[in-house]
Amino acid sequence: MAHRSEHVLGVDQLGKLIGVLARKGYEVIGPTVRDGAIVYDHVESAEDLPAGWTDEQEPGRYRLKRREDMALFGYAVGPQSWKKYMHPAEVRLWSAERQGGTFRILNNEVKPQRPHALLGARACELAAIAVQDRVLLEDKYRDPIYDQRREGAFIIAVQCTQAAATCFCASMGTGPQVSGGFDLVLTELIGPEGHRFLVATGSDRGVEVLTELEAVPATEEDRQQAEAGVEAARQQVRSIDTTGIKELLYKNFEHPRWDNVASRCLTCANCTMVCPTCFCTSVEDVTDITGDHAERWRRWDSCFTQSFSYIHGGSVRTSAKARYRQWMTHKLASWIDQFGSSGCVGCGRCITWCPVGIDITEEVGAIRDGGKDGNP
Amino acid sequence: MIMATGITTDPMLPQPYSVRDVAKETPDTFTLRLEPEIAVNRSSFQPGQFSMLWVFGVGELPISISGDPALQDRLVYTVRSVGQATHALVNRRVGEGVGVRGPFGTGWPAEAARGRDVIVVAGGIGLAPLRPLIYQVLQNRDDYGRLLILYGARSPRELLYRKELAAWARNRETQVLVTVDYGGLGWRGHVGVVTTLFKYARLQPAPAVAMVCGPEIMMRFVTRELENQGLSRDNIYVSMERNMKCAVGFCGHCQYGPHFICKDGPVFRYEQIRNLLEKYEL
Ligand SMILES: Cc1cc2nc3c(=O)[nH]c(=O)nc-3n(C[C@H](O)[C@H](O)[C@H](O)COP(=O)(O)OP(=O)(O)OC[C@H]3O[C@@H](n4cnc5c(N)ncnc54)[C@H](O)[C@@H]3O)c2cc1C
Ligand code: SF4
Ligand code: SF4
Repeated sequence: MAHRSEHVLGVDQLGKLIGVLARKGYEVIGPTVRDGAIVYDHVESAEDLPAGWTDEQEPGRYRLKRREDMALFGYAVGPQSWKKYMHPAEVRLWSAERQGGTFRILNNEVKPQRPHALLGARACELAAIAVQDRVLLEDKYRDPIYDQRREGAFIIAVQCTQAAATCFCASMGTGPQVSGGFDLVLTELIGPEGHRFLVATGSDRGVEVLTELEAVPATEEDRQQAEAGVEAARQQVRSIDTTGIKELLYKNFEHPRWDNVASRCLTCANCTMVCPTCFCTSVEDVTDITGDHAERWRRWDSCFTQSFSYIHGGSVRTSAKARYRQWMTHKLASWIDQFGSSGCVGCGRCITWCPVGIDITEEVGAIRDGGKDGNP
Repeated sequence: MIMATGITTDPMLPQPYSVRDVAKETPDTFTLRLEPEIAVNRSSFQPGQFSMLWVFGVGELPISISGDPALQDRLVYTVRSVGQATHALVNRRVGEGVGVRGPFGTGWPAEAARGRDVIVVAGGIGLAPLRPLIYQVLQNRDDYGRLLILYGARSPRELLYRKELAAWARNRETQVLVTVDYGGLGWRGHVGVVTTLFKYARLQPAPAVAMVCGPEIMMRFVTRELENQGLSRDNIYVSMERNMKCAVGFCGHCQYGPHFICKDGPVFRYEQIRNLLEKYEL
């Protein structure tokens, strides 16, 4: 919870924050510009942050653009989410060696690593982490790999002060205001008073880190400017009407719109890869050339692949229609039954990174509106 | 470094078992008896639960436990060879290793069925996950009412556990009815799908609990027939099957509407999934 005793950090303190975290043993991960996008990666200093960049997003389209100021967090969200670090795309679960006719498991891969400090987590992303917590930690079984990474993580949230055209967190109730689940929360302020950050703490660890920085008490103006920033981010062009959404989708298992969307969907699985809550994986055994050494790898998988639902005799979901329907119905409906919350946090990534610009908000709208041919 | 001692909480780590016996049931189906390589491991499970069985260098797959739950020094599986992993499994030789994870999932309602008639309806390999339940009922015969076993297979040579079926029928208050789709010469029993057996069954719907396992199409017809016979949906249980990679609810593959078959199933109360059974490509 944001403590009310808010402080202000000069922009110069951001480099120091990164240094303090590194000294405390964290590997600091933050936004950085690479290949024309803002991605999360190792940051060594404040120099690595995307100063003066913003993103323009539309269905099927993402572009970086120069800002008029030198804001460090002046974008919405990039293609990657923190699941890259908390629930990695590829992990080795264990390896084994053949011993005569039998085998011995050699190790499992909860490998000692530096805990991550996540710099720049948005409200929707904190909501997504909470969603993955419910799946991987709080249900019947705990995933030891996620557990270890998640538990060590230090989270520095940064409030959004502008939304992308693809954002719809406000309608999903997950943003834009960060309200919990962080160690520190920053709001970037730029104006006549200079380039600075309003900062509040959310944990004892956060307090410890903040005391090592040169913070001054926040003024009323600082607070007002921060509130206006979050208010600006609340202005979003997209939304999902979530009233009765579970029943809506369950009831419309058969709906012409599914055929309509299937005629556009390439089943490329991009949407599931960029989604911060999608958690599905597959396992693969690899054996070396001698055949005496085997490893089990876990990799992200997607319900858009045909093999995902394969059982002897054939896949359950052969059509693109069935696969898109599974994905969207899971996200917005069955997730609620399974884990007590929606599986969508409204980050908009699936809209931006869909090569054909399929828009989940529009698909829900079309189903809600009924239309016989499924045209919007 | 975690050695395979069996004392670990990571549900993703297979435990080493070795094959003690392989018995041929039908031309493509074999029953394997596995015992833990570390003798202290006890193998307790509930009838209806399954394991993930791993063959070194081949892969891992879900297989129901088909043995007697009272015998905790072993795990018994009946496997039909249909593809790469099942083929490797049935071709394991005595003394060779198999990795075992589990047991996972929900079991048949053996407790809830106490004091009541038990109707077991199985198709093909579907008799395997029901066999532990049959053992349990027969070992505690006084705790249950009548036991009715209706079993269908494609042909006489594909019937599982033929000797046991005959032996079960000799128990008191137990009726075993068997049918095949294609009889051929020399078959003198029933011919037809398993639902045709109901007219020969001495069935009293009121005090009965039914447990059904077989191909999905068969379960659709059987559940409908059981309802026609007067059983309430709450007293019918079915076991479902979907692709599974982890068996602990992380991989997402076995989703079935709001359910994960690995942890919410495989055994479901019919009422829970009745609406889903009708949905094509769910
Ligand atoms: C809960 C449960 C209990 C089962 N119990 C038994 C049993 O007691 N006896 C038995 O013979 N079979 C059982 N099966 C089915 C058995 O798991 C499949 O026949 C087996 O996975 C096929 O693997 P394969 O490599 O030989 O075949 P392929 O057709 O070559 O399959 C390739 C891969 O697809 C996946 N796959 C294919 N079919 C299935 C399937 N039905 N379920 C899950 N994954 C699948 C597996 O990863 C498999 O390795 C059970 C399945 C489930 C879900
Ligand atoms: S479904 Fe789309 S908008 Fe929702 S959380 Fe996933 S990527 Fe973001
Ligand atoms: S909705 Fe778009 S991103 Fe998702 S699988 Fe279809 S084409 Fe790919």
